[in-house]
Amino acid sequence: MNRGAGGSEEPGTGVPGTRAAFSALLEDSAEELYESAPCGYLSTLMDGTIAKINATLLGWLGLSRDEVVGRMRFSDLLTVGGRLYHETHFAPLLRMQGRLGGIALEMKGASGSRLPVLITSTVKKSDDGEPLLIRTTVFDATDRRAYEKELLRARRAAEEARRQAEADREALREALAVLQRSLLPAALPDIPGVEAACHYHTASPMEVGGDFYDLFALDGDRSAFFLGDVCGKGPQAAALTSLIRHTLRATVLHDSDPVANLHVLDTVLRDRYTGDDPRYCTVVSGVLERAGDTVEVRLASGGHPPALVLRADGRVEYLWTRGGMLVGALPEAEFVPVGTTLHPGDTLLLYTDGLTEARTGPDRELYGYEALESFAADLAPSGPHRVVHALTDLLKGFGDGLDDDTALLAIGPPARTDTGFRTS
Amino acid sequence: MSIHRRNNIRVTGRTSGRTVVLVHGFGCDQNMWRLVEPALAQDFRVVLFDYVGAGRSDLSAWQEERYSSLEGYARDVVEVCEELDLRDAVVVGHSVSAMAGVLARAAAPDRIGSLVMVCPSPCYIDEDGYRGGFSAEDIDELLESLESNYLGWSATMAPVIMGNPDRPELGEELTNSFCATDPDIARVFARTTFLSDSRKDLAGVTVPTLILECEQDVIAPPEVGAYVHAAIPGSELVTLNATGHCPQLSAPEATVTAIRAFVSALGR
Repeated sequence: MNRGAGGSEEPGTGVPGTRAAFSALLEDSAEELYESAPCGYLSTLMDGTIAKINATLLGWLGLSRDEVVGRMRFSDLLTVGGRLYHETHFAPLLRMQGRLGGIALEMKGASGSRLPVLITSTVKKSDDGEPLLIRTTVFDATDRRAYEKELLRARRAAEEARRQAEADREALREALAVLQRSLLPAALPDIPGVEAACHYHTASPMEVGGDFYDLFALDGDRSAFFLGDVCGKGPQAAALTSLIRHTLRATVLHDSDPVANLHVLDTVLRDRYTGDDPRYCTVVSGVLERAGDTVEVRLASGGHPPALVLRADGRVEYLWTRGGMLVGALPEAEFVPVGTTLHPGDTLLLYTDGLTEARTGPDRELYGYEALESFAADLAPSGPHRVVHALTDLLKGFGDGLDDDTALLAIGPPARTDTGFRTS
Repeated sequence: MSIHRRNNIRVTGRTSGRTVVLVHGFGCDQNMWRLVEPALAQDFRVVLFDYVGAGRSDLSAWQEERYSSLEGYARDVVEVCEELDLRDAVVVGHSVSAMAGVLARAAAPDRIGSLVMVCPSPCYIDEDGYRGGFSAEDIDELLESLESNYLGWSATMAPVIMGNPDRPELGEELTNSFCATDPDIARVFARTTFLSDSRKDLAGVTVPTLILECEQDVIAPPEVGAYVHAAIPGSELVTLNATGHCPQLSAPEATVTAIRAFVSALGR
């Protein structure tokens, strides 16, 4: 270091007079630091009697040394609740550990004021390990406590909000379940000479699905059915489904031609949902007419996957309706009719694309029509209940590969008992 | 899970000696007895355990409904006695557990033959001329202190510490773990303790009973000790030259001497 340049060899010597001030500070330290430290100091005997306390803490509490030393115990400085805590937690832990830090308590001032503090204590022991006294530092924690209270308040508010949200969610789930049920028949009707079974798989309890079906008697030996899938999900899909159901039920009463029925529905949908908010569906709609122990089926499809027939002799065939267009989407849409005769033991299966578009296997491939056909081939001959039962198990087996709602409706005349076919 | 595991039961001492069950109170766990346990173990068979919800008990067994009344804690005492098939045991209950001991004795008279009540109080709240020492507001302040001090308890560590009595090293590194309690559980125990009123149960105590009190105890002041003594026919009251609410920690020798003299005088 270059002395000639007037540099300092000791700190504080650069300015005349500072050196004296610096040593005065150092020499002053011990007692002055104890008394006027920015925290409270306090020493007690093992029974809690206060033996020494610094001016800072006395000042905070508004107490004089004479009132405190030898007269008060540490716990006398605490609120009653703090005293309970001190006796049940603080004192035992200090005895067992010899040290305890960061404990939040409140002290009572002479004027009745309360001072939130953070306390750390250590036990001073004699050379032979006998506890002699307890040394305690006290920090003013007013701001810290206000902050913590704010955190606690925020946490309680968050917990309350979470409880409320869970309750709301539960209420919504229930409302949605009610709405969903209202869009499906409560139970399939008893129709003489026709067996029927159905299943509805809901992908999410928090969303109303867009699949629908119905089966109902018309007159005499005739009944009608439909099954379909609207675009989208949720409340708007539910409203659309409701409109479709009521339209189809009304129109089939008036005219039993399935293609004409779909045209009416198409007109209604395009009239109702105009402009940039088109709403459409795929649907199979048809009429059953019983003739002796057989059932004539006439149906029309608008863009819907083909119905599948499981014959009593074990054959399986799709009723293809290629060329049928979405209902409600296009002007001058075309719908394709198809018919078949169901003999005893034959089963007509209608389904939505949740089934054929489920993802399966390690490559997450679409389940598809071929797989469904061979699954049905293994089942045939089977009555409606057994078919729906087997397909319900199949859907369960898809696990998370099935992420869409799926509706199933199976219909057929009962097998002749003398053929030995079981129908369900 | 067995009661043994559930309540973290530990048995030490002379197997041929009379069985002394040490029951911790509100606050910490069986570690509260660590300064008196070695001396008592020289003469007696010593049983220690943690209440469900405290120490290293199985927290998953804790139910708010059960532990919202002193009967729930008394059932723990009885179930521990049953688990070890104890007969004529001495139940030493600290603080609120002195009263849990009274209830347990009434429920299982064959298993519990005598009581030691360490700093007992049958009712902490002042009421109709009875002086328990506290008001309901004081108890609210205590609950606030519990909320402000987790003492090393943390939701993430708790599953590791609790219900793992086979691995004590897990808890040893954690400061304050003796008193670390799930705040929700501690709140229920605090309310049950300080809002209980078992004064009417004292008269039913017909077994030999030792009451230990400290000269200076803010939680169970001398009036309360005198009340308990007067209410239990034939009870013995010993005032220890000690301060605070935990003589087993602040005056372990005197505590041991008093318990040993009482138990030895019971005969076999």
